[in-house]
Amino acid sequence: MSATFADVMMQMFRQHLAVLPVLLPSLTAVLMLLIGDRAEALPRLRRIALMSVALGLMFALKLALEADSGALRVYRVGDWPAPFGIVLVVDRLSAMMLVLTQAVALPVLWYAGGGWDTRGRHFHALFQFQLMGLNGAFVTGDLFNLFVFFEVLLIASYVMLIHGQGRERFKVGLQYVAINLAASALFLIGVSLIYANAGTLNMADLAQRVPLVEGDGAVVLKAAALLLLVVFGVKAALLPLHLWLPATYAAASAPVAALFAIMTKVGVYSIVRVHAVIFGADAGASALVAGPWLLPLGLATGLLAVCGVLSARTLPRLVAWLTVASVGTVLAGVGLFSPAGLSAALYYMVHSTLVVAALFLLAELLAAQRGDAADRIEPGPPLAQPALLGLLMLLAAASAAGLPPLPGFIGKLMVLQASSGIASQPWVWAVVLTVGFLTLLGLARAGSVLFWSERPELAGSGTPAGASLRLLAAPVALLGAGVLMSVLAGPLTRYTDAAAAQLADRRSYVQAVLGVEGVITTRPYRFPAPDGEGRP
Amino acid sequence: MSLLANISMEFLVATGIGWVTACGVYLMLRSRSFPVVLGLTLLGYAVNIFIFVMGRLWSGAPPILGQGAVQADPLPQALVLTAIVIGFATTGFVIELALRSRAESGTDHVDGREPGERPEGGA
Repeated sequence: MSATFADVMMQMFRQHLAVLPVLLPSLTAVLMLLIGDRAEALPRLRRIALMSVALGLMFALKLALEADSGALRVYRVGDWPAPFGIVLVVDRLSAMMLVLTQAVALPVLWYAGGGWDTRGRHFHALFQFQLMGLNGAFVTGDLFNLFVFFEVLLIASYVMLIHGQGRERFKVGLQYVAINLAASALFLIGVSLIYANAGTLNMADLAQRVPLVEGDGAVVLKAAALLLLVVFGVKAALLPLHLWLPATYAAASAPVAALFAIMTKVGVYSIVRVHAVIFGADAGASALVAGPWLLPLGLATGLLAVCGVLSARTLPRLVAWLTVASVGTVLAGVGLFSPAGLSAALYYMVHSTLVVAALFLLAELLAAQRGDAADRIEPGPPLAQPALLGLLMLLAAASAAGLPPLPGFIGKLMVLQASSGIASQPWVWAVVLTVGFLTLLGLARAGSVLFWSERPELAGSGTPAGASLRLLAAPVALLGAGVLMSVLAGPLTRYTDAAAAQLADRRSYVQAVLGVEGVITTRPYRFPAPDGEGRP
Repeated sequence: MSLLANISMEFLVATGIGWVTACGVYLMLRSRSFPVVLGLTLLGYAVNIFIFVMGRLWSGAPPILGQGAVQADPLPQALVLTAIVIGFATTGFVIELALRSRAESGTDHVDGREPGERPEGGA
């Protein structure tokens, strides 16, 4: 007997690694539901949750290291051949999104373990289901499967949003659910229109099939692609579909809002997959349908969002508008539809997610020390830890506004460079720089009011307790990861450049997923049916 | 004659889907939570039939190979099953959420307050 048990396990691990980011949180969640959420089980739930997310981070890093070699990992679920079965595909972009999800989830979970998870039921199980949906959306290679994972993460997010309860959360919860259900309906219409005209929903199969569709079919395909742009625009909070976001994120509890920072990025990711790859430059008659829309809307989103930043009256709402602003810059980068623009967008997206998540947590820590003034941006009683929180806030603000040498600066610089030489260059430069400046202004206004205009007479009896090191560790870790992105800017930009190049290389993608290139395995419908038989 | 039959069936289904969608959109834009939930449900029905119809309309064509001269496409039928299950679950959830929101805020208005009432807090 040559193969030991350990060898077999290692081989299985290597073989099934691509599905583990989906499987691990779902199994963890089921285990947690079995344990139940009685108060005495809570320490155990916290340990299990942290271990599961840490393990997930290790899987994601392993996948990212593997993807960095340029190899595509294709996992056929149930070993059904593509395009008939569902495939999971891990390329550089997917692996990067997995790492980002887990890297945000770990500190957020740690923070939630400081007390938020006791203010509602089944927080940890829902958190895991949310991760399952996020990871699934990032690895799937099938458009309908993407819809299913969207629903998984949305259903978890519906309940997570009202975690902690209260009138305001139920109000925005209902609105959030309604807009997302409407978006899901549009998603299904778009997906079925694509199926009806291309005859497949496998992303690789679509990549080789869409360019072949011409005439009326191409017109409907374009309409379907634009419908999907609306759907993903709702998730990503692209103007004019962003209206739900500020109220929702501001009402959510701090750890939930911090985790939601990644949810807008699912929309961005889907736009990249569908509109920059399937309906990209090589898509024949339906090439670049999102082209005329994405760049102007991205820039307009950024401009509108900084107005929100300047006018916000509470800190969580300010951070929520910052989320919208960052999405605007990212989508403007994607909207350039060039490898350089995509690479810049990816780098900036990772950084902005980390900073926004950290800011949501910091906002709550600050509000807790301000007595009745709470999270409103107005003079309040002196803080317990003004220097520490002030420094963290300064770091986060400088990152968000894009001051050198922080990664926000590098990301924006990459976007500016990527736009050089194209017709819309003056617009991109003007808007990105204005957005950066106004963000800085808005954050400086908020910071000076929060930290420098004290009203000691408002302080109640006894100074408020400072935030514990345990709670502070989470935003520090997120900001630290952000700063690390500056230190490692060289390797990271090489990675995002390679990821963008990989996305542009449709032939290798099709070959890796379908085996042989150019084989059309199923037949798209033709109207009228060739023989006319079987028609009603 | 057969041409006329073709047109009328597809026209009928398309019109039906359009009508149900229009009703769903109208109800979804109402200001009370119950019509909104009904509107979302109607929209879900319309979308389900839409997915089904995207496999084209066939008669006497089983979705199984070898059972007849022509086969209907089984894939939209599988997709619509998934969509029905998800739609059913979310409808159940949104009804519960609307009820809780009604209990918390004392009104079934989607803004959580009656028109004309002052909002709590600021912007």
